[in-house]
Amino acid sequence: MSDASIDPKPLTIAGKAYRSRLIIGTGKYKSYEQNARALEASGAEIVTVAVRRVNLTDPGQPKLVDFIDPRKVTYLPNTAGCFTGEDAIRTLRLAREAGGWSLVKLEVLGDRKTLYPDMLETLHAAEMLIADHFQVMVYCNDDPLMAKRLENLGAAAIMPLAAPIGSGLGIQSPINIRLIIEEAKVPVIVDAGIGTASDAAIAMELGCDAVISNTGIAEAKDPVLMASAMKRAVEAGRLAYLAGRMAKKRYADPSSPLAGLI
Amino acid sequence: MGLRVTINGEERRFEAPVSVDALLAQLGLEPAKIAVERNLEIVPRSQYRDVTVADGDRLEIVQFIGGGM
Repeated sequence: MSDASIDPKPLTIAGKAYRSRLIIGTGKYKSYEQNARALEASGAEIVTVAVRRVNLTDPGQPKLVDFIDPRKVTYLPNTAGCFTGEDAIRTLRLAREAGGWSLVKLEVLGDRKTLYPDMLETLHAAEMLIADHFQVMVYCNDDPLMAKRLENLGAAAIMPLAAPIGSGLGIQSPINIRLIIEEAKVPVIVDAGIGTASDAAIAMELGCDAVISNTGIAEAKDPVLMASAMKRAVEAGRLAYLAGRMAKKRYADPSSPLAGLI
Repeated sequence: MGLRVTINGEERRFEAPVSVDALLAQLGLEPAKIAVERNLEIVPRSQYRDVTVADGDRLEIVQFIGGGM
């Protein structure tokens, strides 16, 4: 008998299969040690990481790689903080050299207040990175036409925002996210704005292939417990999507048969 | 004489020309965990011994740190 609690299909990104459909960030935690414990609780197999200058005055500071082993967990270098395509490309070339892998997450921000992506710069940078043999997962707005363009360019995954980065507001446009999913042939991963477990479950019920959470876990009062909640929410949402929810109705519909009433 | 090299935005002086390899050792950095860019070009790890830092070079030395989005 097959176990109904197991997702029959793994998440596949750029040819590699993952059992977990939750990706977590590595920013905003109190320590790398807490981050490592949250990772353990989340069951995630991919973590997003940033690329920054080494500290020359104190090279002995704790290093992420000493807490989260890049041989066991997929490091997904991102371009957080880049406001031009040029900076993003430069950052990811350095990331590829530092890590030795070509799966990356591109984000080119357009505005400091909303951290919304600059889609023109993003498209341009994605094209150049793909030509340079990167496998590019792309942070984008929730516009189905932009998502399709990115896919046509050869993006490895489409990563629409649920809400502004770090806002924890949950999915603001379920209709757009749903449209992106319906049209996409590459994984759709909801990125940014997941505030709590129910937000992740809703994303997965819409049919997303995976969810990213950083602030939602890191800024919870107990990040390790929230990581565990996110893991379960992603699994529950995925199974509910596969199960196919009942139709919504405007009026009540009794669950017991009417025939045979005394 | 000597060299002036800008590393991660800070100017540093060296007495004599140094290879990238020797420079990293002087700075106390493990080559396996970082990447080096010299005048906007990546220096592949395999060339750290062969590439010599010249006067006026601008180097960026980066690593992976915690970050989300």
